[in-house]
Amino acid sequence: MATQPAIELKNITKKFGKVVANKNVNLTANRGEILSILGENGSGKTTLMNMISGIYFPDEGEIRIDGKEALIASPKDAFDYKIGMIHQHFKLVDVFSAAENIVLGIEDGKYNLKKSTDDIKRISAQYGFNLDTEKKIYTMSVSEKQTVEIIKVLYRGADILILDEPTAVLTPQETEKLFDILRRMRDDGKCIIIITHKLHEVLSLSDKVAVLRKGEYIGTVNTAETNESELTEMMVGKKIDLNIERSVPENTEDRLVVNSITCVDRVGTTVLDNVSFTAKSGEILGIAGIAGSGQRELLESIAGLQRLEYGDIFYFDPQTGKKESLRDKTPMQIRNMGVRLSFVPEDRLGMGLVGNMDIVDNMMLRSYSKGRSFFLKRKPPKDLAMKIINDLEVVTPSANTPVRRLSGGNVQKVLVGREIAASPTVLMVAYPVRGLDINSSYMIYNLLNEQKKQGVAIIFVGEDLDVLVELCDRIMVIGSGKINGIVDGRTTTKEEIGLLMTKSDSDGKENDNG
Amino acid sequence: MIIQFICRAILLGVPLLYGSTGEIITEKSGHLNLGIPGIMYVGAISGVVGSFIYENSCNNDIAQMNAFLAVIIPLLCAIAGSVIMGLIYCFLTVTLHANQNVTGLALTTLGIGLGNFLGASLINITKSELPSIALTKTSSFFATKLPFADKLGWFGELFFSHDFLTYLAIAVAIISAIVLNKTRVGLNLRSVGENPATADAAGINVIRYRYVATCIGSAVAGIGGLQYVMSYASGVWSNNAFGDRGWMAIALVIFALWKPSFAIVGSFVFGALCNANNYIQGLGTETQELFKMLPYVVTIIVLVITSMRKKREHQPPANLGLNYFREER
Repeated sequence: MATQPAIELKNITKKFGKVVANKNVNLTANRGEILSILGENGSGKTTLMNMISGIYFPDEGEIRIDGKEALIASPKDAFDYKIGMIHQHFKLVDVFSAAENIVLGIEDGKYNLKKSTDDIKRISAQYGFNLDTEKKIYTMSVSEKQTVEIIKVLYRGADILILDEPTAVLTPQETEKLFDILRRMRDDGKCIIIITHKLHEVLSLSDKVAVLRKGEYIGTVNTAETNESELTEMMVGKKIDLNIERSVPENTEDRLVVNSITCVDRVGTTVLDNVSFTAKSGEILGIAGIAGSGQRELLESIAGLQRLEYGDIFYFDPQTGKKESLRDKTPMQIRNMGVRLSFVPEDRLGMGLVGNMDIVDNMMLRSYSKGRSFFLKRKPPKDLAMKIINDLEVVTPSANTPVRRLSGGNVQKVLVGREIAASPTVLMVAYPVRGLDINSSYMIYNLLNEQKKQGVAIIFVGEDLDVLVELCDRIMVIGSGKINGIVDGRTTTKEEIGLLMTKSDSDGKENDNG
Repeated sequence: MIIQFICRAILLGVPLLYGSTGEIITEKSGHLNLGIPGIMYVGAISGVVGSFIYENSCNNDIAQMNAFLAVIIPLLCAIAGSVIMGLIYCFLTVTLHANQNVTGLALTTLGIGLGNFLGASLINITKSELPSIALTKTSSFFATKLPFADKLGWFGELFFSHDFLTYLAIAVAIISAIVLNKTRVGLNLRSVGENPATADAAGINVIRYRYVATCIGSAVAGIGGLQYVMSYASGVWSNNAFGDRGWMAIALVIFALWKPSFAIVGSFVFGALCNANNYIQGLGTETQELFKMLPYVVTIIVLVITSMRKKREHQPPANLGLNYFREER
């Protein structure tokens, strides 16, 4: 069974309008093997996989499955070839139960949810999943949802599994568990393709690595015979330094003191529970936690966008040294004091930028109120837009292209660049490198480090724990709106943070050594 | 008196039940069809045209009319007329990706205009003195009651005295509820309305489900229009008499929390609320108008309560009003 090619791509090309997403890609994935597809953002990994799973149709080239040419025109065709894809953004119906989601779209005679549930339980047991089939999706954690997705494709009898950045949202422990399951599937003779841009995962999990760059296929190497820097070079096309330079904080002083704040959302659930910490100037404070643990609410409280039920937030003005409460300030006043928030939500545009407006107009969103005359002055924002485009290497046809048309990474550069350009005293960034390629990510880390050296207090909400432990001076871990612990970024490990993230009770406050 | 009130409420409620069942089926596919008032209106006038032609072909002699044909011709005409409207809606929103709200409102305007045009034309043909067409003969076939209703006193009147379209309405609502919740087709349809990308990835033909659900929904709503003319108005068509029943049917969808089974009860509640002003003595004309608002007031109250409860199962389909285009990036 082993090393028998399950799927071969030959000269695949796909264009979206004038943009070439994939160009002459040749790729082979074998049974009983885990193949990683590595590439920067926009290198066409997801597009390529979408063609295998029937979402897109290739413009040129052919796909061969088990040596025979296959025509995959729709997701249904893909199922018939036993191809299952687990998308990065889960394709699940929120109000359905796990079982309903798993059987969705299957036509096999009589509709019998009970019998299907038994089959689902059997598959779960076979691969060591733990799943409550009755549970509604919207009450599930990310990792549970992913389990549903994986069982969904297994239930359809898939033996070619494609996973699109499966670990982006998991804790290290959950990732390890997933990898164990994937290895078990590989040993079962399945062909597993995993899309990722986390190098250490590629090295620890896969048997072979295929690298894409800007839509083109660069090559496939055996994992055992390669290393991080070689892979990076294949990915980026040049050698880059993968070290984040972390300077020792100097002349730190308290900039922002958050004093036991509690927030309640509209439904009455407590989203922040008695949170206290201090952000210091010239220091990067990382915030780690499972998505939706209150990171957003915390940043919004500081920015004045969230009503505080209890507690207070104090800001120490660097010029006058005066202590001011942010509690009664409007978001605009807080911003003018130098507190800046750049939140990159999952859809990347969210509340930061207006998709249909161009880069210049988006710059102006932050500055229009400074104008004195009746008409807008377009020159300064235009200059700023050009500066950001040049400095951060934003790929755009012009400064007047609607932001919506830029790729995700470029949108983020515009957003982060704009907030930094305002020379803040407190800079809050949430997921600034979400989905960015290595090059751009490091560019953003460098920008943050530069700001830190200039004495800005930086609050960095991140997903990638490897980056958090490399970049941040202190890391605060939150879980369900509570602080589970604050650790020193220089001495802590990923595993320690991972454990703190999943810690359920409030017994984490005593090691608040901030 | 109370029996009469309830029967009247049911009579008033049935067109709403058809309308809202049709709209629920449509909305479950993710289509917010605001064209329902127009579609019900077209359904009504199509049925009227059909029965008008049939009555004329029988020389307006009731003895020459076949009971089955007298019922089935208007019914099929109503279905055909409203399905065409549904097809227009689907073509614009699914195939051409037009905005659903705009399309729906345009269809309502179109449907009412078309209905009034055909209505006025028929009135012109008959050279009637009154601005209406009376199809009382056809209506009498529609109004055939169950034979044993009279023998059972108030019980018979309450449960068995209605015309067959009333029972059909309840049957359609119950069947819709079963199909939506207990079958694979229903599961697929709901997934299309909740998350079409997911449905598509699962191999469900989103376009086909949206077309079919919207057309079936339109047909059901169209029968509601016909029921109004034949049963409530005893076969008399006059322009604009249908009033705001179409909008009420859409309000009822919200009231019923997108559940056809709730719509059955809801339609009778709405019928009772519409009718309450006639049963309360000594109301001035202006207070009567206030009473006519009651169904909408109740709908708003339901909206307030459900949005406070925030139970996900009671929310509209997540993708309601949004078009789906697969290769969108």
